[in-house]
Amino acid sequence: MEKRVVFGHKTLPYLLLAPQLLITIIFFFLPAGEAIWQSTQLQDAFGLSTQFVGLENFTDLFTQSAYLDSFKTTAVFSILVAFVGLSLALLLAVMANRVIRGATVYKTLLIWPYAVAPAVVGVLWLFLFSPAVGILAVAFNSLGIPWNPRLDSTDAMILVLISAVWKQISYNFLFFLAGLQSIPKSLLEAAAIDGASPARRFWSIVFPLLSPTTFFLLVINVIYAFFDTFAVIDTTTQGGPGTSTDILVYKVYNDGFNGLNLSSSAAQSVVLMLIVVALTIVQFRYIDRKVQY
Amino acid sequence: MVERRPWLDFLAHAILIVGLIIVAFPLYVTFIASTQTAQEVANAPMSLLPGSHMVENYLTAITSGGSGASPVGRMLWVSLVMALSIAIGKILISIVSAYAVVYFRFPGRQLCFWMIFITLMLPVEVRIAPTYQVVADLHMLNSYAGLALPLIASATATFLFRQFFLTVPDELVEAARIDGAGPMRFFYDVLLPLSKTSIAALFVIQFIYGWNQYLWPLLITTKENMYPIVVGIRRMVAGGDDVTQWNITMATTILAMIPPALVVILMQKWFVQGLVDTEK
Repeated sequence: MEKRVVFGHKTLPYLLLAPQLLITIIFFFLPAGEAIWQSTQLQDAFGLSTQFVGLENFTDLFTQSAYLDSFKTTAVFSILVAFVGLSLALLLAVMANRVIRGATVYKTLLIWPYAVAPAVVGVLWLFLFSPAVGILAVAFNSLGIPWNPRLDSTDAMILVLISAVWKQISYNFLFFLAGLQSIPKSLLEAAAIDGASPARRFWSIVFPLLSPTTFFLLVINVIYAFFDTFAVIDTTTQGGPGTSTDILVYKVYNDGFNGLNLSSSAAQSVVLMLIVVALTIVQFRYIDRKVQY
Repeated sequence: MVERRPWLDFLAHAILIVGLIIVAFPLYVTFIASTQTAQEVANAPMSLLPGSHMVENYLTAITSGGSGASPVGRMLWVSLVMALSIAIGKILISIVSAYAVVYFRFPGRQLCFWMIFITLMLPVEVRIAPTYQVVADLHMLNSYAGLALPLIASATATFLFRQFFLTVPDELVEAARIDGAGPMRFFYDVLLPLSKTSIAALFVIQFIYGWNQYLWPLLITTKENMYPIVVGIRRMVAGGDDVTQWNITMATTILAMIPPALVVILMQKWFVQGLVDTEK
């Protein structure tokens, strides 16, 4: 889509674009270029000299079992975040779409976790699940379920998973609700007249019509799990115990800033960039083809 | 409503209420913990009824800070300045760049548009070390400029304004030109008032984005007086259960949640619409 009527001016558009482009170049393109350049360099242990090594950093990376494990952890984590988060949000949205009385109250009360910072979410759940003082941890222990996210890797994974899902529920809920409200009522009424039960109507009409929203949310949630959960991980488990919650983003940070292994960190950044590019392309291809919303 | 099914309505309410409880539970416990003494909280399991030290805890948090951290009052201020600069900055530079891309034809227009678009694919997380280097070279560590500027470029905001401008009727431009208005006059007097709703929606989303930033401030602030509150809370729990004064930390957490929650709830209408629109 293009405007037919436009203004003619030689310099004004460049002036208008200048601030945005300047910031983009200085803080986005330069660093990204630098990351790609660094990923082909190898620095000695004292940071005194560097040499060009081509793709060696990448081949090193993919032969390290720690990195491959981190890939696996990230995959498991993001699949779980997306699946659990979407199922819960869909359930709540379908119910909220059904009730008439109190619908706005439910909506308002379900929205606010969106406003809470991921780091704060991490601290909230860290407190609830803290082995010494956490109210849920104490409850678990009194039920005879051993619980210690600092020592047990499954417990740690559950802790970050709950925090990440909780944070994202309101976002998913809002989109599902918007999607549900755009489904024509006449279709559902026709099906009801034909004798379809509510469950049957959901699986045969609502769910298929909702698939564009679901797919969109799936991509968004995977991106969220890959990148935005950094704060949740850093406040709750710091990637531990061992490396059991060490997702890719956390590893880039840890290797770069704590391990000071800049070449490896840069190579990991480049791999992550490729993942974001792929996810963004998937997301936009879907938006082009989208049938209904 | 398609048909009457009372038990289904009942089930719907029941599920929603369970959902609400799950969503609200952490907040409730946090609030309760912030009204008790450190001993009461540490005394596991803590009581689930409000304690009597609420005022005291919040005052301690605001004026001196818990667990050796800096006062929360200062951190709230840093967060506020950062969130406002990011939100306003993003809106300003995005609305003018969207205006340029939609209402002018000039060489390199497509290129500019794609340069802005590509920033979507470069979140802070994937370019941390080099961006830190750039900011350090510009001597912007521990400054408001360093906190806000690198986060100000926004492909999403530019898109939203572009989408909106494309729906503005061409007749308005023609009328403005016949009346002798230049491009900037048209922008101020016609386009800006029309964009109010989009601006409000974006403000909510970007304010929350700015307030909730974590990784970036964590990297570039090394002085305590430049910590935003989200980073400050992290420092409070860094010592582990033995040293963390949970009651003060939880009071701080509540304080950190209030501003963005208020913005979301008060501006709910624009926020929901804007959120759904930006992702379209």
